[in-house]
Amino acid sequence: MTVPVDTERTITITVNGVPRRATVPVRRLLSDALRHDLGLTGTHVGCEHGVCGACTVVVDGAAVRSCLVLAVQADGAAVETVEGLAREDSGGGQVLHPVQEAFRECHALQCGFCTPGFLMTITAGLEARDPSAELTEEEVDELVGGNLCRCTGYANIRKAVHDAAAAMRDGA
Amino acid sequence: MKPAPFRYADPRSLAEALEVLATEEGAKVLAGGQSLLPLLSMRLAAPATLVDINRVPGLDRIEATGDGVRVGALVRHVRLLEDVVAARVQPLLARATANVAHPAIRNRGTTVGSIAHADPSGEMTSVLALTGGSVEVATPAGVATVGWEDLFVGPLETSLHGPAVVTAASFPALPDRSGTAFAEIARRKGDYAVCGAGVVVTLDADRRVERVRAAYVSVGLVPAVHDLTDAVAGQPVEKADWAAAGALARTLVDPDGDLHASADYRRLLVGVLTERTLARAAAEAAERTGA
Repeated sequence: MTVPVDTERTITITVNGVPRRATVPVRRLLSDALRHDLGLTGTHVGCEHGVCGACTVVVDGAAVRSCLVLAVQADGAAVETVEGLAREDSGGGQVLHPVQEAFRECHALQCGFCTPGFLMTITAGLEARDPSAELTEEEVDELVGGNLCRCTGYANIRKAVHDAAAAMRDGA
Repeated sequence: MKPAPFRYADPRSLAEALEVLATEEGAKVLAGGQSLLPLLSMRLAAPATLVDINRVPGLDRIEATGDGVRVGALVRHVRLLEDVVAARVQPLLARATANVAHPAIRNRGTTVGSIAHADPSGEMTSVLALTGGSVEVATPAGVATVGWEDLFVGPLETSLHGPAVVTAASFPALPDRSGTAFAEIARRKGDYAVCGAGVVVTLDADRRVERVRAAYVSVGLVPAVHDLTDAVAGQPVEKADWAAAGALARTLVDPDGDLHASADYRRLLVGVLTERTLARAAAEAAERTGA
């Protein structure tokens, strides 16, 4: 047998710009690797079978459900999580990403459990589109429709998407 | 829950993939994983070994010619959805793919994987059937083409056994003077369809209905193509009785009931969606036929 068949692997994932190494069982989900092995608990785990969207992260530029990717599959990939959204300012403080800022302004979160998934889904979606094009309601629905929120409701989340899109357009 | 323990290989060529599949007992191919990983996490499946083909080169191409569209095993739904050339050759592809799950799942899930998964609630299995498509299957003995009629055996079950990798799916082009449409009813857009319908309408040179076919999603155990021509044959496209075609469709299907919809409700939806999609497909066919 020339092809290695393993039960455990050492992997390197670049998380929010920082290469991180971990030795994981091959059955480890990316969501669990981020939380348990790398200590990044900002990524939340809800349904664990791809329905709720709470664990959404950005892998090589595309939003994906981290519970539907094995950690070993992300070996060599660049992963962005909610911890990487805010930027440091010159004074050593943090500046929220426009999507985070819009969520705060619009009261688009209540308990906050689903929020990291929404933030990553929306950020990837807005960054992938032409910021000067008008953002339609259908586009917003398509963007957030795969993430479940059970307390805030979607009215404020949709408003936050519009506000964030406007902020990203004006800032670009 | 978490997946049961398994062994894992990520071969770098098709030959290596087939080698592991042949050597490892109870091995299963992993592509996009958007259907397989939920099954593992819910412990509905527990393969001994996963053979991840994501690092096999050459499987990520879409080839669209006048004859049809060939989709490689690692083409993600999102790429097929956005491929304008493929959409021109066979418009059903993008129309159906727009109904496949949510964007974050379309970013990773593959068209070919969803066909090999053979879920009766999958869109692309029905599209493969409706277009008269086939898949390419690599085995240690070589590559074979398997038509859709010979592929689907039951829910989540195909006719493929032993070491095999489905390397591509081919969808023939939309015929001349034809139009298509696809629509779905789901509890939340992007969720599994309660019922979905894809249709193809073909006109004759005098703009009369020549042929009408439909395939459904979440209706029946395996994909099936229903010929609805008899209900509207020879009718001028502008005056065709699409409601009659919908009524005929309701007599042809045999849906099951579940938590989300009774069998009767599904049959009702088959009629409604058939009528709606046929009107749209006919308009497109008329446009493509000319005056």
